[in-house]
Amino acid sequence: MLHDRDRIFTNLYGLHDSGLKAAMQRGAWDGTKFLLEQGRDWIINEMKASGLRGRGGAGFPTGLKWSFMPKESDGRPHYLVVNADESEPGTAKDREIMRNDPQLLIEGCLIASFAMNAHAAYIYIRGEYVREKERLQAAVDEAYAANLIGKNNVHGWPFDLYVHHGAGAYICGEETALIESMEGKKGMPRLKPPFPANMGLYGAPTTVNNVESIAVAPTILRRGGAWFAGIGKPNNTGTKLFTISGHVERPCNVEEAMGISFRELVERHCGGIRGGWDNLLAMIPGGSSVPLLPAEQCQDLSMDFDTLRDLKSGLGTAAVIVMDKSTDVVQAITRIAHFYKHESCGQCTPCREGTGWMWRVLTRMSRGEAQKKEIDLLLDVSHQIEGHTICALGDAAAWPVQGLIRHFRHEIERRIDQYSANARSEPVPVPAAAE
Amino acid sequence: MSVRRLAAEQPADFAFTPENLEWAQGQIAKYPEGRQASAVIALLWKAQEQHGGWLPEPAIRATADLLGMAYIRVLEVATFYTMFNLEPVGRHFIQLCGTTPCLLRGADKLREVCERVIGHEKEVSADGQLSWLEVECLGSCSNAPMVQVNFDYFEDLTPESFEKLLEDLRANRPVKPGPQVDRSCSAPVGGPTTLTDPSLYDGSVVGSWKTRFSGAAAGPAANEAAKPKTSSPGEKEASAGVSQKPAKDKVKGASVREDTADITPTPPGGAKGLTAAPKVDLDSPHRPKGLTAPRESGKDDLKVISGIGPKNEGILNELGIFHFDQIAAWTPEQVEWVDGYLNFKGRISREDWIGQARSLAAKKGS
Repeated sequence: MLHDRDRIFTNLYGLHDSGLKAAMQRGAWDGTKFLLEQGRDWIINEMKASGLRGRGGAGFPTGLKWSFMPKESDGRPHYLVVNADESEPGTAKDREIMRNDPQLLIEGCLIASFAMNAHAAYIYIRGEYVREKERLQAAVDEAYAANLIGKNNVHGWPFDLYVHHGAGAYICGEETALIESMEGKKGMPRLKPPFPANMGLYGAPTTVNNVESIAVAPTILRRGGAWFAGIGKPNNTGTKLFTISGHVERPCNVEEAMGISFRELVERHCGGIRGGWDNLLAMIPGGSSVPLLPAEQCQDLSMDFDTLRDLKSGLGTAAVIVMDKSTDVVQAITRIAHFYKHESCGQCTPCREGTGWMWRVLTRMSRGEAQKKEIDLLLDVSHQIEGHTICALGDAAAWPVQGLIRHFRHEIERRIDQYSANARSEPVPVPAAAE
Repeated sequence: MSVRRLAAEQPADFAFTPENLEWAQGQIAKYPEGRQASAVIALLWKAQEQHGGWLPEPAIRATADLLGMAYIRVLEVATFYTMFNLEPVGRHFIQLCGTTPCLLRGADKLREVCERVIGHEKEVSADGQLSWLEVECLGSCSNAPMVQVNFDYFEDLTPESFEKLLEDLRANRPVKPGPQVDRSCSAPVGGPTTLTDPSLYDGSVVGSWKTRFSGAAAGPAANEAAKPKTSSPGEKEASAGVSQKPAKDKVKGASVREDTADITPTPPGGAKGLTAAPKVDLDSPHRPKGLTAPRESGKDDLKVISGIGPKNEGILNELGIFHFDQIAAWTPEQVEWVDGYLNFKGRISREDWIGQARSLAAKKGS
């Protein structure tokens, strides 16, 4: 089990003061100047050595991402944008960082900006997090007042940090849509290339990172990439915030080592599955966009990127959604399909039309009002959406449906049989024969 | 996508209050010169707040005028982002999260409460106090089921506690945002299972990490020991280079000369640091001529060239390449040879090392 001393977010539950003074006592802003003095290459190398993979869902190595930024400015400014548009259903981890441990995030912004030659950073926080935005803004103001950030700060790297408030669009969690949104447009993803590292916010080199990826950076640099890499499993290193929701006894957020088994995670921190382990039906390991896994694959499952990918699912944002046997699994996935229908930005036809189509078909299927051949049709359509859109929302909409059919086809078929066996459960008015 | 249209009945006009105008200037100042459009969402938020929770069409125009944007651009934004309410809402606007994690824990029961106590979705109750809307995931999944009332989250609800909440809101009684059961934020009910070590909070954490650096200053060996067992040769080399960095800063020049002098005499055939032996003829006439050591002025930082990292810099140094002008003078054949040596498949010309080196050399010379 991960020792408390190796946990990064020590005020995850808001049991202590989130203010600057208390945060410093917990180790934030400790020797930041010393870390910056080690130089840009040292910072990026330590981040690479830590093996940190982006915490926003795709798991791209953070140090490598930082190294993609041009080393010398060609006259354009560089920007760091922190993606705090946390909207993946099941995920509620960045919120806790922003309201309870904001100084770690602000310090991370300074360090990451220094490593990428940026003098300004923006934190794009989702519209619904109004109170969290207020807390974060207060923390930024506090850091300015203490001269930790700003034009002439004590760290010798001129740096401005701004909080940008969104207005409720899941798609803005996609990095290019987020940039579009920040520029004052509809959040519609851009084609890549050019990648943001060459042409991002206002046409300038930009790196977009998740809140958790940035907030863990100061601690990694202090304690060393080797320390972080020593936790977890090879290629899946470090600690991770898990959000456990659904049918467990005590849903919660918790910071644990990557590669912890699903059983240990739930037993130790959540008091087990509601109704015991035999009552487990399925679980979604990484937020709504990854395919679900049936109970028989979950028992001793290691929660890390590679293991879950091999099971054709994914760790995503480590948002674990647990379903027990009382769950109507078809309806649960139908609700996810509705989510994607609602959140599609409408730019690409396969996604705009396909998400709605899948939702309508699934709605019928959850009542059993369908034909069995339509299951294969649905699967085929989901494959036609996947990979045929500008951004990954099309994929994210297709995967849960594919997961449902892969593991619960029998359940859909059972409903269709049940429905057709009782097709006339309601009395049908028969027109009186004309005499 | 969801269909979103402007309300049929609109007020005649809208003007920001002087305080809000001043606030708006502060928002615009966050963004670079000429990028005031970035503040559009913030201003629409303010307009909505000022107009009692919904966004009328004249406010969209007022915002566009203030930011120098075309009306249609602001209308696009207002209809795209679902938190802008285009129709009137109740004084307490309830957004009910209905996505799967909340659904699993009973959001459908809360929905029934809404229909019973308030009425149909999107319709303001007769007294103007309440209206409700089912929305998508609000990002409080370990505290499901939950609702947002105006700006506040109310979490861990049951149909009973939710109904009481609605009644309290309707009667303007004080309510407590956050979890409605005994827990702090998203800690497990009954108390946290982690973060119980008191030494995390007594200040003893501060500075405890610095021993790592006093050890590293003694030499690369200390850093080597701290490394995880699984590191690949590439990582090893990278961090070995790192550990020398503080030392290099202290004795500039001298130690650099020493390092490279140590390496350059080695014939590239024995190329240290290259894991896979390159299938390139080292005696080829196309191999660029190298120096045995950097010139008096000290070697250039080749890492400034985009595409050269610490590892490639080391390899180039082994080839006797220390200066920008050396790279700038490469012929196409030499580029091809180096490309083959580094196994780069054309990266040198793709990233235009020659051009970069040429301008860097010129900058240095001037």
